[in-house]
Amino acid sequence: MPETVREARRLREERVTPETSKIMSAAEAMALVRDGDHVALGGTCFSRTPMALVFELIRQRRTGLTVSRPLASQECELLMVAGAADRVITSWLAIGLRWGLSRVLREYVEGGHIEYEELSHLSLGMRYKAGAMGVPYLPTYTMLGSDLPAGTAAREAECPFTGDTLLLLPAINPDVALIHAHSVDRYGNARIDGSTHMDVDMARAASTVIVSAERIAEPEEIVAGAASTALPHFVVDAVVEAPYGSYPHDCHDRYEADYDHFTSYVDAIKAGGTAAVRDYLDRHVHSQRDFAGFLGLVGAERLAEREASARELSTR
Amino acid sequence: MSTPTTEYTTSELMAATASGLLEDGRVIFAGVGMPLVASAAAKRSHAPNLTVVLEGGIIGPEIAPGRLPISTNDVRASRGAAMLTTITDIFLYAQRGYFDYGFLGAAQIDRYGNINTSVIGDRAKPTVRLPGTGGANDIASLCNEVLVVTQHEPRRFVEKVDFVTSPGHLTGDGSRQRAGLISRGPTRVVTDLALLDFDDSGHMRLRALQPGVTVADVAARTGFELPVHPEVYELPPPGEEILLALRELDPDGETLGE
Repeated sequence: MPETVREARRLREERVTPETSKIMSAAEAMALVRDGDHVALGGTCFSRTPMALVFELIRQRRTGLTVSRPLASQECELLMVAGAADRVITSWLAIGLRWGLSRVLREYVEGGHIEYEELSHLSLGMRYKAGAMGVPYLPTYTMLGSDLPAGTAAREAECPFTGDTLLLLPAINPDVALIHAHSVDRYGNARIDGSTHMDVDMARAASTVIVSAERIAEPEEIVAGAASTALPHFVVDAVVEAPYGSYPHDCHDRYEADYDHFTSYVDAIKAGGTAAVRDYLDRHVHSQRDFAGFLGLVGAERLAEREASARELSTR
Repeated sequence: MSTPTTEYTTSELMAATASGLLEDGRVIFAGVGMPLVASAAAKRSHAPNLTVVLEGGIIGPEIAPGRLPISTNDVRASRGAAMLTTITDIFLYAQRGYFDYGFLGAAQIDRYGNINTSVIGDRAKPTVRLPGTGGANDIASLCNEVLVVTQHEPRRFVEKVDFVTSPGHLTGDGSRQRAGLISRGPTRVVTDLALLDFDDSGHMRLRALQPGVTVADVAARTGFELPVHPEVYELPPPGEEILLALRELDPDGETLGE
């Protein structure tokens, strides 16, 4: 990761991101990620996770990654057990409330197998936002007085104007941000429906941005809905078409998460420990040529059922 | 077939008591699970103009009966929302002072209302690594006042938490303000045995008892010495309206079954 926000700016200045087609395969896009990179993952918990890209990262056997995400879920468990991530920065990690504590997190942190930095949700958000704004830090009143700041990069300081105690959160400028959008045109203008979580800040902060999307849209369609464009083309370096690209996680208004998939995954871990995660990776990632192969295992019927479930929830 | 409203589970009792604390017309930042169910039920009974806010950047969702959100950002959580913004933005509204209540659960809470959801044991080498703060620290740091709902067990109500994830009144006597925090912190804790508040020094105190519970029962289930308010009273049993609202939202007892 760039040492300072000015170094991050220099990297951006050097890069020319012309308005040309950036469409490539997930395999080509993930080849842009280097071992040891800081990779920020869009979405949060089991929502709008760039899962097709994460699977490809694991398939390519990247190592030494620092992974950051607002709320971490199954994707971070997979990255840890695959040996891709050896450092995680997040506010929370588990599959979801219904599935209890993360056994993988427990084993990796309690056993000292991973470097784990816990920040409050807003604190992580401020770190991405500082990176996106091109400033070295942002001040807040959050986390003060708690035991959280001590293990992190945050520093207390006195406000030069009011004398208040503030917590300063230093910028994160990730090497790479992986974002899953609803649609994107070939140039990288990306549309996200629903909450954008922390995606926009983490992308604007990052040196390289890879956007996967449910579908590739014509530029005219993006223009027609310009107020919903989350990222302009010059932020984006690679565009990947990935229908159901968040599955088994959800994608706002498109499909609900596959809760039964989580339950079988967690049950297997309960029975067999982290070996069950390796087995999951062998079957769903390493023995498949690409994400479409994994979706083939899941089956069209299951995907259609998850879409129907999201439609039932729609109030429009 | 349906359970009469003269009978209720422990969780229903807690959710009903908690929802009774929510005044109509306010804005509440709720965590998933019991805080969200209690808030959504209040909105369906005595507080129709309550605005619920969720961590995923969601303002004013309409929770579908039988489809309770599992995460604060999922497809269920954003149903019918008036506004979907970013996660960071939601907390900046809290920092600005827009959210009247923050509403949290607690794995471990101490006599000053500090909450631990991070680690049991030492931080560097914990005995149990819990999921972590999520937005709980920010809710406790920034919402105008904080309500807590949790089961009354000695292992939860401890003298001192292993780790302060979400700041309460820290070590009491104004230490919260001295640390630089700008909001009031926890004002009430709802349990299956009691309603607790905080005295002027920020120490937790027994304010009221759930039906049929004695002061001695509460003392026996609290891991520290708990002062008793001079005018301690007994809470009414949950009313029919709020129980029906809770059961409509959670017909399978997913959150309120036990």
